[in-house]
Amino acid sequence: MSNSQALLELDAVTKTYHLGDLPVQVLHGVSLRVEPGESVAIMGASGSGKSTLMNILGCLDKPSSGHYMLGGRDVSRLNRGELAEVRNRTIGFVFQNFNLLSRTSAIENVELPLIYAGVGTRERTRRAKSSLERVGLADRLDHHPSQLSGGQQQRVAVARALVTSPKLILADEPTGNLDSRTSVEIMALFQELGDSGITVVLVTHENDIAAYARRVIVLKDGLIQDDHRQEPVRAELPPPVMAEVKTA
Amino acid sequence: MNPLLTFRLALRALLRNKMRSFLTMLGIIIGVSAVIAMVAIGEGAKAQVEKSFAAMGTSLLIVMPGSSSSGGARGGFGSQPTLTWDDLKAIQTEVSSVKSAAPVLRSSAQLVSEDQNWTTTVQGTTPSYFDIRTWSMASGTGLTQSDVDGGGTKVIVLGQTVASRLFGSGDPVGQVVRIKNTPFQVVGVLEVKGQSPTGQDYDDGAFVPVTTFQSKIQGGLQKYLSGTIFVSAVSSADTSRAQTAVTNLLRDRHRIPTGADDDFSIRNLTEIAGAQQEGTKTMTTLLASIAFVSLVVGGIGIMNIMLVSVTERTREIGVRMAVGAKPHHILAQFLVEALTLSLLGGLLGVAIGIGGGAWLAAKFAWPILVRPDIVGISVVFSAMVGVCFGLYPARKASLLDPIEALRYE
Repeated sequence: MSNSQALLELDAVTKTYHLGDLPVQVLHGVSLRVEPGESVAIMGASGSGKSTLMNILGCLDKPSSGHYMLGGRDVSRLNRGELAEVRNRTIGFVFQNFNLLSRTSAIENVELPLIYAGVGTRERTRRAKSSLERVGLADRLDHHPSQLSGGQQQRVAVARALVTSPKLILADEPTGNLDSRTSVEIMALFQELGDSGITVVLVTHENDIAAYARRVIVLKDGLIQDDHRQEPVRAELPPPVMAEVKTA
Repeated sequence: MNPLLTFRLALRALLRNKMRSFLTMLGIIIGVSAVIAMVAIGEGAKAQVEKSFAAMGTSLLIVMPGSSSSGGARGGFGSQPTLTWDDLKAIQTEVSSVKSAAPVLRSSAQLVSEDQNWTTTVQGTTPSYFDIRTWSMASGTGLTQSDVDGGGTKVIVLGQTVASRLFGSGDPVGQVVRIKNTPFQVVGVLEVKGQSPTGQDYDDGAFVPVTTFQSKIQGGLQKYLSGTIFVSAVSSADTSRAQTAVTNLLRDRHRIPTGADDDFSIRNLTEIAGAQQEGTKTMTTLLASIAFVSLVVGGIGIMNIMLVSVTERTREIGVRMAVGAKPHHILAQFLVEALTLSLLGGLLGVAIGIGGGAWLAAKFAWPILVRPDIVGISVVFSAMVGVCFGLYPARKASLLDPIEALRYE
């Protein structure tokens, strides 16, 4: 393991929820280092704590104990507002159910993080446009989510995650709602992002999705059971739109 | 995040549910339009009362002689002459808060011109009377002090109604009218004065010098002043001071022992006007408070819809938080939506209130007066309603946990 600064570093992180008076410990001390540019798949059965780990990595939640360093900064004790700022600047989210704002055009969805970053109108539009171009949706700027296919909606979500130029992209079951062909398209997109130096961490329970990652971490009962590197499968079958982007 | 953008986002969110937004605003619209229309009507009525009292003369006191009492039957005020000419002189000279005083002796008489006749109230008075009533001549010179001192100059000043009855559109000045066969020369026509608060026509009257009145029309007691005395105070603020001073003076002059009733009475018209205005003010306040209640009800409507909206858009709030919205961004978003609803409702209410007030005014011939300050207060108040009632839902939204909000179905 290199001695250069890790992008994210978890040190004995635990998380305990309180269901009424009953404490339920979900994470039992997770330590983890992810270097910049890595592509990591976090796997585990339901109840293994992978969602909780994901929420902590995404600064949506705070560890009960232990430390979480993100980009060299300890974010485990920040307040809600500070966490929001970290999410806005450092992290891009991709969700299983896309989580786009309905009745809002693709470009406006992509602009959303920039609004909270305080970027001016013109710069916002420019960056949202180029982000949508990057995922191959330059011709769908004004389409509403309901006018887009599942794969296209997920691309808009990826564009939204990319628009702030984050160091880390967190994808929670990004292909869970997609058919297999579209899943490959999305994974190809993630691999391309990984190649350009963005760290991608994705949570999945599907082995063939995890196969696209360079590193696989398996979680069981709130502890890391397995952490290994592998030669990733290249996402073949590049769809026509992707081909266009690549030649562009 | 700049306020303009927040406002634009709020407007767009509200336009997504046009019907719901409109119904939510309805409470505020009704409240504000009711405030505007009610106050406009109330103020219109008040202004009309003020106008009619101003026509009567401000800072005006009327001193009336006392009542007679014979064999247990008590006459009303004025049934017995108790005021003397010396009383009048004393009021004029001895009371510092009195600007001037004039006797008014009345009698109904028939005025005859060359080809017309008209029965009206002829009043004997002095030139001061017209100052007290702030009533000037439309044409001619009017009565002079020498007409009074001369002891019977046969000159007459006509009110507009009388002038038009006797002379039509012609100029009466210089013409002759007869009262009880005595010819009077018309020396002036008064300006239009309008109606008294009780609907009496001030312009239906004629004025002659008080001395002439006594010798030619009424005759009678020389010592007693068989009429009333009109007194004007130096200013309307001094009216009640003048009233007290005149009362004391007359009690003193009439040697009324302490504890006994006055043998005269003084009417303070400023007080009567004040009481009338109090009445319209009470009405206005009452109507405005009913309207105020409907504004508050409108605010509750806004709160209700905002709460529904926050629940409905829980997922949206989660997404916004995930991509970097801080709690205060979410708070601002929902607060501005509530504010936009109420402010828009307020502005629509102002438009409808003014329009509705004007319509009522036209339909029922009511005077209305739209007060800009009330319009301003209504708009500001409705904005405040939006902020106050929007605060709870907005705060609720801002305190949502992003993880749970994202998971919300």
